[in-house]
Amino acid sequence: MSQVREHTMDVRPHGAGVFDVARIREDFPILKHWVNGKPLVYLDNAATSQKPQVVIDAMNHYYLEENSNIHRGVHFLSDKATQSYEQARTDIQQWMNASSTKEIIFTRGTTESINLVASSYGRTHVRPGDVVVISAMEHHSNIVPWQMLCEEKDATLRVIPMDDNGDLLIDEYRKLLDERVKIVSLTHVSNALGTVNPIKEMIAMAHTYGIPVLIDGAQAIPHLRVNVRDLDCDFYAFSGHKMFGPTGVGILFGKANLLDAMPPYQGGGDMIKSVTFEKTIYNDLPNKFEAGTPNIAGGVGLGATIGYLRSIDMESLAAYEHALLEYAEEVLSGIRGLRIIGNGRQRAGVVSFVLENVHPHDIGTILDDDGIAIRTGHHCAQPVMQRFGIPATARASFALYNTKEEVDLLAAGIHKAIGVFS
Amino acid sequence: MSALRELYQEVILDHNKSPRNFRRMDDADRKIEGYNPLCGDHYTLYLKLEGDVITDISFEGAGCAISKASTSVMSAALKGKTKAEAEALFEKFHNLVTGETGGMNELESLGKLAAFSGVSEFPARVKCATLAWHTMRAALESQEKSVSTE
Repeated sequence: MSQVREHTMDVRPHGAGVFDVARIREDFPILKHWVNGKPLVYLDNAATSQKPQVVIDAMNHYYLEENSNIHRGVHFLSDKATQSYEQARTDIQQWMNASSTKEIIFTRGTTESINLVASSYGRTHVRPGDVVVISAMEHHSNIVPWQMLCEEKDATLRVIPMDDNGDLLIDEYRKLLDERVKIVSLTHVSNALGTVNPIKEMIAMAHTYGIPVLIDGAQAIPHLRVNVRDLDCDFYAFSGHKMFGPTGVGILFGKANLLDAMPPYQGGGDMIKSVTFEKTIYNDLPNKFEAGTPNIAGGVGLGATIGYLRSIDMESLAAYEHALLEYAEEVLSGIRGLRIIGNGRQRAGVVSFVLENVHPHDIGTILDDDGIAIRTGHHCAQPVMQRFGIPATARASFALYNTKEEVDLLAAGIHKAIGVFS
Repeated sequence: MSALRELYQEVILDHNKSPRNFRRMDDADRKIEGYNPLCGDHYTLYLKLEGDVITDISFEGAGCAISKASTSVMSAALKGKTKAEAEALFEKFHNLVTGETGGMNELESLGKLAAFSGVSEFPARVKCATLAWHTMRAALESQEKSVSTE
């Protein structure tokens, strides 16, 4: 059931520099590893990406030279650590074009960022009979927090449907919006299908009703340049580890006026100005949302990640990634019995597929034998699997260090899996 | 390739392609679902019992080759066995797929189930191989709810 796929995504012009993937690969030490006697082919980037040496070095440097708690001490090391951590916040703010560092909240990752908004904004604004809107292609982390909120508040969850290609139905979305909707929470790029949603347009549509919009950017941030002021999103959530940074650290961008009006998410140290047993005065933004000692090394590592991404010409990278994805789709769709799930108008980073007579889990095991890492299963998006009537898919997901040669190895591995079960 | 060939032995490929006792059973004494959320394996197991003896067993559903073949081979192995025998066989099978088999005698006593010896080299696939057995045990203990290996 192979099929010819249409490519309607704009082909971007090459930037001044030609993207040198061989040089990029040198930056990622783990790519030199061998797995099961074969050079590692890492195609599970949508689960987590690999880390460049500069990020590993920055975290090592922090622990070796600066380790101390932040925002507290008057001593030399505490000052150094605070500076490094806050510099990372500034780097992130500038990189995503937020208005101020007040709008950049460090979290544990996308999941915590979404939970923060559902818990703090959601609990104060959603009342019985109100509505929360999400889409049919959300990751569980952008479903469950809202379900929990709706259950608690006796509110309703409305879901924007998608078509068979994996594109959201914008006309249906328009019909879901009314004055009872208190927030829209939407993924930028689908982790299971690779669809890039037209979020700028969808944000503007929600804003005509005065509805704030949260964007789950976990899968977008490694591939697309995100400008929160241009998008005019109210919240933008992402994880460090999917964008070549460390695990356990992520960001919630929120517009300052919204964050200011929101109650704290967790209580503890660092989020207060003063505490007595009678009353606590909360700290200003962004610290109000950062209770307890944070993942300092992670924050510093994320800052270094931004520095690394800034060193890459984003236009030539986008052209390279686009060509690689197109190549992967072309090669894989030529394999007899292989069906690609997700043919959205615009896609990034992900090729999800099923194979006739071979279960995704078996494909994964057979590819692993050749050192090829892919993800198999429901990708924490069970409703997406249900929508397409499949229990699971095999998913190859790409990053800036992947090559056409690796796509060819993937295809050879798939042929091998077909051979085992023929 | 050799570990992979050990995993996908002929018996497993055969039972995956042509599962035995793969049918619905309307007059079953026990009917229970087994579900592995990790890979989406989902089976319904049917048992017919006479006293302590499993007189008939069948299943339907879908999943990876290991889980499907395991359910199929198990269904053939358990027909005519008592509850205690089924439980003992599960223990041996569990030891086999987790690499704790007690020598050749035990391996020989497993019959076709021995085809799953390669699973022990793939820890992530142990759940696939044991899903059917956990489901069977739950059915015998008559827990009406569905079984998950997570």
